[in-house]
Amino acid sequence: MRKLFLLIVTIVFFNNFAFSVTYNSNPQIFINELVNDAIKTLSDKSISDEEKAAVISKIARENVDIKALGLYTLGNVRKTIDENILENYQNLFEKYFLKSLTSRLNDYSGNKFEVLGSDQKSSNYTIVNSKILENNNQPEIKIDWRVYTKNPNKPLIRDLVVEGLSLARTQKEEFASILNSNNNDIKVLLTKLEEFISK
Amino acid sequence: MDLKKTVLIILTFVLFQTNVLKASNECFEGISRSIFDFNMGFDKVILKPVAKAYNKLPEPIKDGTGNFTSNIATLLSIPNFVLQGNLKGAGDASASFLINSTFGVLGFGNPAGSMGLNVQKEDVGQTLGAYGVGAGCYFVMPILGPTTARDALGMITDSYIDPFSIATWREKDFLGASGNKIDYLAVKSATAVDFRGDNMTNFDSLEKNSLDLYSSMKSLYLQDRERKIQNSSETNEDDWGNLDK
Repeated sequence: MRKLFLLIVTIVFFNNFAFSVTYNSNPQIFINELVNDAIKTLSDKSISDEEKAAVISKIARENVDIKALGLYTLGNVRKTIDENILENYQNLFEKYFLKSLTSRLNDYSGNKFEVLGSDQKSSNYTIVNSKILENNNQPEIKIDWRVYTKNPNKPLIRDLVVEGLSLARTQKEEFASILNSNNNDIKVLLTKLEEFISK
Repeated sequence: MDLKKTVLIILTFVLFQTNVLKASNECFEGISRSIFDFNMGFDKVILKPVAKAYNKLPEPIKDGTGNFTSNIATLLSIPNFVLQGNLKGAGDASASFLINSTFGVLGFGNPAGSMGLNVQKEDVGQTLGAYGVGAGCYFVMPILGPTTARDALGMITDSYIDPFSIATWREKDFLGASGNKIDYLAVKSATAVDFRGDNMTNFDSLEKNSLDLYSSMKSLYLQDRERKIQNSSETNEDDWGNLDK
């Protein structure tokens, strides 16, 4: 029994070790390593689309503050809704976010990426500046990454600012518009998220 | 009603509304959504296919077109820099236009850019914003796309102070240069096709990943205008700070 337990612990430990990539805690190096890892995965022709999506989801779950992003995106409504509905929203938001992230990354995976520098805004936030280099039909795109550094050993991405336009803010305003048009009924938003996930 | 009266009425509307309305408020959402659907249809049937074909042209032709339309747009920036009290900006824009129009062969080349003269585009909407005039309510125009009360007023005023519009749309002689409405429409169409071609992936990605494309476009338009008025890409720190409280 003891041997079996030891075996299980060893397997679990090595599985986690093998599949969990730890990136550098310096925000600039963190973004560089993470994005290049994602691009490498997405441009690898030897693995299937499902496998790619699974790897990207894993990287995102570990390195993007999806929970905070979900709360931010919901705006002030988060303060007034029932805890169970909020939990349901968070689950759906995570699935929605991962699906949309994989799709967006796929769209740009053929491009070269370069980190330019970083700017520490506060003890909680560092903005990492980067760019996607120009290719045939796509001009150069500047991307700033809002990295949450409250735990300096475990930076987390909270937003992407593409050419000065915040994706989190766009998402927040999109959700707010859906809520406003439907008497702030969160069920309508949840249904729209479900529809997107099942597409 | 003559144009002056119309402009005055719109100006009054903007000034009164900006005190009570935020840019996120809609002027007439139902109508705007219908116009947005029409614009999306126009994009699907005409603009996108033309832009796709344009993207297949050799790179020097596309670069030349982009440079040419961008050089003409610089003309509108000059009076706006002056109105904003930014004389350095006005000087840089004038120098850029002169260099590109001469050494850059009518603006098809961009030697000014190679010399570090990359001019930010300015219009009357931005100038009004720089003076503290709020955006007013938001609406969508057929073909021309998203705007706000302030930016629509700015667009009308642009045609009175933009040397290119004066010489073409208004068909008046400007420092010896003249043209007609067809020249104006040709340049504006080329600008739209070049922009659409450059943003093919961005538009497709946005369309695929939006729950409500109308709202996403509205948010992106308002953020872009805010950023251009402030001449900055800084995001609101307080917005995120509230989350951690």
